[in-house]
Amino acid sequence: MRYIPHTPDDVRQMLSVIGVDSVESLFAEIPEDVRLQRPLDLPLPLSESELLRELAALSSRNDAARTSLSFLGGGAYNHFIPAVVDHLISRSEFYTAYTPYQPEISQGTLQAIFEYQTLICQLTGMEVANASMYDGASACAEAVLMAVRAGRKGRVLLSRALHPEYRETVRTYCRYLDVELVEIPFGKDGRTDRLALEREMDAETAAVVIGYPNFFGVVEDLAALGEVVHAGGARLVAAVQEPIALGLLKSPGELGADIVAGEGQSFGIPLSFGGPYLGFFAASKRDMRVMPGRLVGETVDLDGRRGFVLTLATREQHIRREKATSNICSNEGLCALMAAIYLSLMGKAGIREVALQNFSKAKYARERIADLKGFSILHESPTFNEFAVHADEGAAAVLLRLQEKGILGGLALDRFYDEMPDNFLVCVTEQNSRGEIDALVEALKGGRE
Amino acid sequence: MKGPGRSGLTLDEKLIFEHSDPGRRGYSLPPLDVPVASLPPELTREEVADFPELSEVDVVRHFTRLSAWNYGVDSGFYPLGSCTMKYNPKVNESAARLPGFSEIHPLCPENLAQGSLELMFRLQEALGEIAGFPAVTLQPAAGAHGELTGMLIIRAHHEAHGNPRRKVLIPDTAHGTNPATAALCGYDVVPVSSDGILTAAAVAERMDEDVAALMVTNPNTLGLFESEIRKICDIVHERGGLVYCDGANLNALLGIARPGDMGIDVMHFNLHKTFSTPHGGGGPGSGPVGVTGELARYLPRPVVVREKDVYRLDYDRPASIGRLRSFHGNFGILVRAWAYIRTLGGEGLRLASEMAVLNANYIRSRLEGTYHLPYEKRSLHEVVFSDRDLEGDCHTLDLAKRLIDFGYHPPTVYFPLVVKGAIMIEPTETESKETLDEFCEAMLTIADESRNDPDRLKNAPVRTRLRRLDETGAARNPRLKWER
Repeated sequence: MRYIPHTPDDVRQMLSVIGVDSVESLFAEIPEDVRLQRPLDLPLPLSESELLRELAALSSRNDAARTSLSFLGGGAYNHFIPAVVDHLISRSEFYTAYTPYQPEISQGTLQAIFEYQTLICQLTGMEVANASMYDGASACAEAVLMAVRAGRKGRVLLSRALHPEYRETVRTYCRYLDVELVEIPFGKDGRTDRLALEREMDAETAAVVIGYPNFFGVVEDLAALGEVVHAGGARLVAAVQEPIALGLLKSPGELGADIVAGEGQSFGIPLSFGGPYLGFFAASKRDMRVMPGRLVGETVDLDGRRGFVLTLATREQHIRREKATSNICSNEGLCALMAAIYLSLMGKAGIREVALQNFSKAKYARERIADLKGFSILHESPTFNEFAVHADEGAAAVLLRLQEKGILGGLALDRFYDEMPDNFLVCVTEQNSRGEIDALVEALKGGRE
Repeated sequence: MKGPGRSGLTLDEKLIFEHSDPGRRGYSLPPLDVPVASLPPELTREEVADFPELSEVDVVRHFTRLSAWNYGVDSGFYPLGSCTMKYNPKVNESAARLPGFSEIHPLCPENLAQGSLELMFRLQEALGEIAGFPAVTLQPAAGAHGELTGMLIIRAHHEAHGNPRRKVLIPDTAHGTNPATAALCGYDVVPVSSDGILTAAAVAERMDEDVAALMVTNPNTLGLFESEIRKICDIVHERGGLVYCDGANLNALLGIARPGDMGIDVMHFNLHKTFSTPHGGGGPGSGPVGVTGELARYLPRPVVVREKDVYRLDYDRPASIGRLRSFHGNFGILVRAWAYIRTLGGEGLRLASEMAVLNANYIRSRLEGTYHLPYEKRSLHEVVFSDRDLEGDCHTLDLAKRLIDFGYHPPTVYFPLVVKGAIMIEPTETESKETLDEFCEAMLTIADESRNDPDRLKNAPVRTRLRRLDETGAARNPRLKWER
C-alpha cells in the first residue's frame, strides 16, 4: 500500500519497543463481542491507473450534462474560472494544512482569510465578515439564528422569493428552537410584497430575510423593505445567492442590511454538482461579538511585526460549549481562498465588467424571449442574470424539448412553487455567447411551428 | 539538530490591497457581443471602493509567497490529535477535477448526472458497510454539520414517539462541538464524568426517561476504546434513549469494529479525517451521517436511491428533518473519499487502522517515562500526555512552540479538558518509523531543555518568520479587515 510506509521489519522493531508480540494485541481493549468477525465487504483495491480509468468512465456518464448549452442557475452559476485559481489553491501548503491554530506556521492561511474578509466587506458594504461558512443556505440559517440571539426575539419573516432551499435550510435549523417562521408573499412584479411585510411586522420580529437578487433574479427594493424592517425594530438580512451582482448593484450595506449572508460559489469555485461551495457572512460592528464562525484579526508578534491570528474565540463552541454562538467548527477555508484569488484577479474593473456582461447578456436574452409567440417574461421588475419565463405549452414540455436538442434551458419552477407549472428560470452568464443565446431562442421557437 | 527544522530565506509580502496600482488588470473577458444594458441609477453602485487592482503576476506571486508561510501535511509531520492529518493522496485531487465531475450543475436533469449519482450511491453503501449502518446521508458539509444532522434526527424520532425529552448526556471526553450541537436541537446538556473511559454505572446513574440521547466519541478523545459501549447502549435503549457517536476517531476502527454493531444509533463520519480528503486550511470537509434502519426515514432530503440501474434523488420523504444546506453535499469531497476507498479496499482500510494504532503506541512507548501519561489503558490511534513533568515553569504551549523550531506541527494542545495541560498526539498510519523516531528525539530533547535551558522553550519559536503573536491584543482591539 503506497500510502503506508511500514516494512515488516519496521513493524517488528516497533512492536518490540512497545513490548507486545503482535499488532493484534494492540486492540486488546476492544471486546470480542463488538469485533467485526469478517473482512469488510468492499470492492477489491485498484491501482492508480485502474482507478483513474474507472472514474473517468463514471464521470463520462455525465458528459451530456457537461457538453449541453446550459442556462441553469438557481443558486449555482457557470462563471469562468481563471487558470490561476486552481494552480494557486493546488499549492499543498494551503490545501494540506488545517485550521490555523498555530499562527506562527499558518500566516499564509491567516493573511489570505484576512484579505478575504476585507474583500467581502468591500463588496457587501458591511463592517465585519467572518472566515466563511458551509454555503449560502447554511450561512442564511446562521444569520437567522444570530438575529434571534442578538434581538432576543423569536419571530423571523422569510420572503417567499428567497431561494427555496435557503428557506428549507432555515426551517431545519430552527425546527426545535423557539423560533416562529412566517413567509411573506411576493407580488406579480416578483418583488417581496411590501404591504404584506408591513402587516406581518410586530414587536416580536427579530429579522426579515430578503433575497438580493431574489430567487427569480429580481432586484428587490431593499432600501424600501429595510425601512419597514427597521421601523419594526428588526434586523434586515440580505441573502445573496449570486454575488457577481454586487459588482453592479448597490451594496446591501448601503441599502440598510444588518446582516448579509450569501453563496460565494460564483467567485472561482467549480460547480462540482453542488459542493463544496462557500457561505459568506457579514454584519455590522455592533453584532461582531455575537457572530458565528471563525474570525481572523490583525495583531503583532513579539518583535512588533504585523501578523494575523484567529480571534474572538470566546464566541465559539470549543470555549463556550452549549452557550456558543454556533456549533460550527471549521470554515470552507480553501473555498474562501479561491474567492480571494478570484476577486484579486478580477479587481475593481473586472468585477464591474463581469457583472455588466451578465446583466447585459441576460437582458438581451430576456428581450428576445419576450418577443417570442407563446412565451412571456413573468416579472416586469429589473432582473440581474436570471429571469422567470412563462411558456404557454408548460415548462416541463419546453425543457424536455430543449434537452433533446442539447440545451439545458433552465430550471422548472414547479419544483419549488406548485402554482408555477408553466414557468422556468433562465440564467445567462458571461459564459453564454450571443450565438448560444440565439440558439436558445431558436430552439424555443421551434416548438411553436 | 534533531528534526527537519532549519532557518532560511523567507520572503516578505504585503497585503494584497497594498500592492494595488490603479489601472492594473489581472483578468480577461471576451468582448461583450450584445448591446450594453444599464440598470436604473438608483440600483447601480459606484465602483467597489478600495478593491484591488493587480496584474496576474502580482496575484500569483502574492499567494505563492503566502503559501510558503504555511505548514501542511505535505511539508511534514502534523500530529494534531483528533484531526487525523494523514497524507492526502494526489490522485484523489485529479479525480475530483475530472471535468465530468467538476463541471456539472447541481440542478441538471438527473438522467444526465448518472455518473455523479452512482458515485454518491456507491459511497453511501461503502460507508454503511464500514461503520455498520443500513442508511447514510452525504449531505452534511462538515463534522459539526453532521452532528447537527444526527441530533436533529434523534429529536425527530422522539417527537414522533410523542415526547421530545429534555436532556442529552455528554461525557467529559467528548468533542467541543457536542454540547453546542445538543443546544441547537433544544436540549439541555448533562455532563457525565468518566475516569478515562465511560462506565455503564456512570451512565445508568444519569439515565432516565427524560434523556433523549447519549453522545459519545469512540475511541474517545483520550484515544481509549469505550470498552463498556455495548452495555452502555443497552442501558440507554432500555430507557428509550438513543446513542450518538462522534465518528471523528473512526481511523482506529476500520475493518476492526463497527459502531453500528456496538448499539450506536447515529454516527457522523469525517471524510476529511478518516478518508484522507484534505483539510484545506480549515475546510471544506464533509460529514456524512449513518443511522439505523429505524431512523432512515428522518434523513435529510434528498437521498440518492437506485431503481433497477437508474439512480435518482428522492425528495419525497415526509418524515425527513428537511435539508441542512443547498443541493446534495460537498460532492467534490465525496469523489476524493470514494477514490481513497477504491484504492485501499477493505484490506487496505484495516491495514491503515492497524498502522495508525501501531504508530500511536510506538510514540507512547518512546515518550512514556519522560512525559506524564495520565491514563494507563492501552491507546488506540492517539495518545494524550500532560505537561506535568516539564520543568523550568514550562507548559504545554511552550512545548508546542518549541516543536515548531524543530520542524513539526505541534500536537493538539489543552484538549481534552479532562487532562490538565494536555498534549494530544495522533500520528496516523502514513508516517514512517524514521519520522516518528526523529519526532520523539525532538520531544525528548525539549524535555531536557526544560530542565537545562527553559528559555529555549519560553522564547520559541525563533526560526519562524514571525515569533509568538499577541492574541490577547487581537481580541481586545479587533481589527478584522484592512482599512486604508
